[in-house]
Amino acid sequence: MNKKSIDYRSILSRLWRYIRPYKWKLILSIISALISSVLTLFFPLLTGKAVDGIIDGDTGLFFRILMMMVLSVGLSAVFQYLMNLLNNSLSYSIVRDMRKDAFAHLERLPLSYIDSHSHGDVVSRIISDADQVSDGLLMGFTQLFTGIITILGTLVFMFTVNWVVALVVVVVTPLSIFSASFIAKRTFTLFYKQSEWRGKQTAFINEMVSGASTVAAYGMEEENQKHFENINKEWAHYSLLSVFYSSLTNPVTRFVNSVVYTGVALSGGLAALSGLMTIGGLTTILSYASQYTKPFNEITGVMTEFQNAAASAGRIFAFMDAEGESDDSKLPSMDKTEGNVSFDHVFFSYVPERPLIKDLELDIKPGMKVAIVGPTGAGKTTIINLLMRFYDPQSGRISIDGHDISSVRRFSIRSSFGMVLQETWLRTGTIRENIVMGRKDASDEDIKRAVELCHLDTFIASLPHGLDEMIADDSDGISQGQKQLLSISRIMLSEPEMLILDEATSSIDTRTEMYIQDAFMHLMEGRTSFIVAHRLQTIKNADLILVIDHGDVVEKGTHKELMAKKGFYHNLYMSQFAKR
Amino acid sequence: MRITSFIKGYRKEAVLAPLFKLLEALFELAVPLAVASLIDDGIAKGNSRHVFSMAFIMVVLGLIGLAASITAQYFSAKAAVGFSVKMKNALFQHVASLSESDRDRIGAPTIITRLTSDSMLVQNGINMFLRLFMRSPFVVFGAAIMAFTVDSQLASTFLWVIPLLSLIIFLVMRKTIPMYRDAQKALDKLLSRVRENLRGVRVLRAFSLEGEEKKSFSGEAESLRSIQISSGRISALLNPLTYAIVNIAIAIILLEGREKYNLSLIEAGSIVAVVNYMSQMLVELIKLANLIVTISRAIASGKRIESVFRIEPSMTDSPDAALECADTDEAIVFSNASVIYREGGKPSLADASFVIRKGERIGVIGGTGSGKTTLVSLIPRFYDVSSGSVSVYGHDVKDWNRQALRKHIGYAAQKALLFSGTVRDNMKWGKLDATDEEIDEALRIAEAYDFVHEKKEGLDSLIEESGKNLSGGQKQRLSIARAVIRKPDILILDDSLSALDYATESRVRNNLSAMKDMTVITVSQRTGSLRAMDNIIVLDKGRIDSIGTHEELLRTSSVYKEINDSQFGEDDNE
Repeated sequence: MNKKSIDYRSILSRLWRYIRPYKWKLILSIISALISSVLTLFFPLLTGKAVDGIIDGDTGLFFRILMMMVLSVGLSAVFQYLMNLLNNSLSYSIVRDMRKDAFAHLERLPLSYIDSHSHGDVVSRIISDADQVSDGLLMGFTQLFTGIITILGTLVFMFTVNWVVALVVVVVTPLSIFSASFIAKRTFTLFYKQSEWRGKQTAFINEMVSGASTVAAYGMEEENQKHFENINKEWAHYSLLSVFYSSLTNPVTRFVNSVVYTGVALSGGLAALSGLMTIGGLTTILSYASQYTKPFNEITGVMTEFQNAAASAGRIFAFMDAEGESDDSKLPSMDKTEGNVSFDHVFFSYVPERPLIKDLELDIKPGMKVAIVGPTGAGKTTIINLLMRFYDPQSGRISIDGHDISSVRRFSIRSSFGMVLQETWLRTGTIRENIVMGRKDASDEDIKRAVELCHLDTFIASLPHGLDEMIADDSDGISQGQKQLLSISRIMLSEPEMLILDEATSSIDTRTEMYIQDAFMHLMEGRTSFIVAHRLQTIKNADLILVIDHGDVVEKGTHKELMAKKGFYHNLYMSQFAKR
Repeated sequence: MRITSFIKGYRKEAVLAPLFKLLEALFELAVPLAVASLIDDGIAKGNSRHVFSMAFIMVVLGLIGLAASITAQYFSAKAAVGFSVKMKNALFQHVASLSESDRDRIGAPTIITRLTSDSMLVQNGINMFLRLFMRSPFVVFGAAIMAFTVDSQLASTFLWVIPLLSLIIFLVMRKTIPMYRDAQKALDKLLSRVRENLRGVRVLRAFSLEGEEKKSFSGEAESLRSIQISSGRISALLNPLTYAIVNIAIAIILLEGREKYNLSLIEAGSIVAVVNYMSQMLVELIKLANLIVTISRAIASGKRIESVFRIEPSMTDSPDAALECADTDEAIVFSNASVIYREGGKPSLADASFVIRKGERIGVIGGTGSGKTTLVSLIPRFYDVSSGSVSVYGHDVKDWNRQALRKHIGYAAQKALLFSGTVRDNMKWGKLDATDEEIDEALRIAEAYDFVHEKKEGLDSLIEESGKNLSGGQKQRLSIARAVIRKPDILILDDSLSALDYATESRVRNNLSAMKDMTVITVSQRTGSLRAMDNIIVLDKGRIDSIGTHEELLRTSSVYKEINDSQFGEDDNE
């Protein structure tokens, strides 16, 4: 994925856009941090006064102070809790929003993106990277505000005690910030790398877990293990570096601050020696100096933690920058279609160097049954991809009932077609959920009818929970043929205006196919249908047969016409009977 | 199995990290002593040399502290990352050792979360634990002990503060750990949704379900958020409670101290000292409180990972499992083999018995869901029979070393699955040390040579994950090439030519029939593809209907005849 998005500044400004809707919570959180930090700073002062009260034997003062202490502790604790709650809500809401946007973007991404990018990497961005962001934000919000407020508060106290020394401390301490940001800058790249490798690892895991049966069939477990361990090693390299370097900030700032502290002690000590300062004064200044430097340690720690969040946010933003399908919400939808489909000088290729479809011309009348045949890899499925607008042609236009399909809303085109593909897909859920995909409000009656039409009734009855049996795409005990039948039942139920059947019955035995043929015929009646098949018997009665080779329509006509022509189709057809 | 055992091999780091952290804390504690000496022995006695030397000592202490701290961070990072690597490697291996049905039961999404998100959380937890588990108690108990040396009566406050705080930490952890586990479960769901929307993108878009998917995802993201917020509500208590309890304790110390002071039993300085120790403890405890969350999450995730490790693979190879074929003429023997996938479900295969001899060409045919795939997948032992047995080359498949068994078998599945990498990489799955010549030969047999070499990259052509950039027929041909490249003794083609056109299919078949000595089992929908087989097994609803040659079956099996008629009936009328 593109690297240009690792621009730190733009990541921050985009993160801010996610924070903005919650600015009131943010402000409240800062106020809570303010109150609790000031009260916390106030507490040692009260303690000191209480001790004075003990020494002076002033009972009234002592108890007043004690009451104030209890009160300030109580209030401070309450506001700390409030701040924590707000920060939790802030970070988790922000990340939820980011995830929602990333997912919405995924739903908008063109098939060309999804077909050419590793699924595991996308998963890693929306899942793991988002998690890193929420962890970083939570820590940032919690420690940054209290830290800054504590620094400011101490500063005020210090200036009231001795402004000269205070000034010196103020000038010198930011040294620690410099050293921390020096480290932080380096860790950003490391965190980004770590996150990238996490993506690669997820991609590999996803691929191998999904293909576990093939892995087992070829005994590739050991090879895969080696490969996984190598990826793991690469990842560990960056993980170790980023964990280590980011953990350096704290000790380094602490050291810088201890040097500052020593400087104060030394200069103060020398000043005291020459009588310019009392020992008491030096003690006070030293205690403030140490109190002042402490929050710096925490803040700098947050800075590096935040790099991690930013690096992960950067990967999510980079994903969201991938160009989505153009926004078509302003376009009109296509209502009921007649089923007139035409291709007008359509050119298409998946990769520019290899043109596939060249100047395709088609005019399909409503209700026609169009068969697309040809050798594998000839581009049959590509025509389907174009019809469904999974891919858009480079030039030329495809129209339905005279409407250019690029000028109407995609969903209206897609939902006018019912599609069954050779590669079936079942979603994790019940059989019922899988069948009603195209028509959520289907009654049990309708579902029963679709199931019967597809000869699935015996199979479903054999399952312990019938229609409510849970299945998944890679479930045991469901055959490819049954999966295809389930896919067909979806469109039997939704009764779309046009049909696309891409090798829809390739895994179904011919007897069952014959049984459901009637239902199919019935469904195709009056509906424009596109059928990709290589079992040529099934398409003999098509109104139009398109013979495709290398992306070109080499022949077209009815079965009879093409057989009479004794050309490409004839050869293809006759090869079924050869050498048997 | 306890995942903590993965720390082995990083014992040195795991011991040194907290020790150096402790060292750091010790040097930190020494700084106030140096300051005191600077004031008492330097300034008060007018000794400027001593002031300088104390300042120098402070810098040195700082430097040593820095060195100790860096060393500690390095060791803890190394131990945590090393731990995580070992754990992930072992987990990946464990998952690979599970059988098909085990994995099916756990589900891919949750395996992925455990290998990624959960592992990360455990790693963070270990890192933090190593840094703090000695330091924090040291500081806390150190402060308590120091307080006791000052005044044991005042310091007795520590005796209830420390147990009370420990109790709170314990309660918060006990309450939140299950919640963090639920959060990870919610994450499983999110991951599963994203994964489905990638895998099922065509179907989902064809039905224009994007809107609903977004709604479901939002709902799931929201339920994750609400779990996180409710766990946050509890863990957010830790900090303010610690703060309040410790400071109330300070107030109590002042109260008691006052009484003792009035009785002249204590000096004011001692009260201040005890109070200071208490606040020193507070600073450390607040730091600890922030990390309790990290550690609780690590424990929750660690338990999730452990639960995967605890799943015993339902198939194991005994150490004396067979590595070689027995001397027999019988390649495959099924006796009363039955398979039931789902508890309470009907058998997918029932009482299958037959013998396949070496070099035989066997066809398997039958209706959709009649058990064809189930039958052939018993041969490489992808599944175990529920009853009966299956033997390959004289050994029950359960007595074979699975890897050794599968080396004899080339399997081209119905759904051809390729992996991201080059064509060459994919072919090497079949034979790791395959030369380019061998690959080309296999590609020729599978009629895949032309389309591979049509591209200028040839064997280096890139294949996308699961072969997304190939057509169905291309994938099937590559998958067949991958199966034949190892010149297997047994070749299983599970309807793996279904996406090929007739011309290509018959060429592939011809090429395969030239490979002598190979036992070939072909699952097909078409009697035409099986006509030349030595024997055809006809399956009907999970049972073997009949076995015989094409001609025999046409006479004896009504099921077979019906299948045959459904394919050629029409054509004969032509």
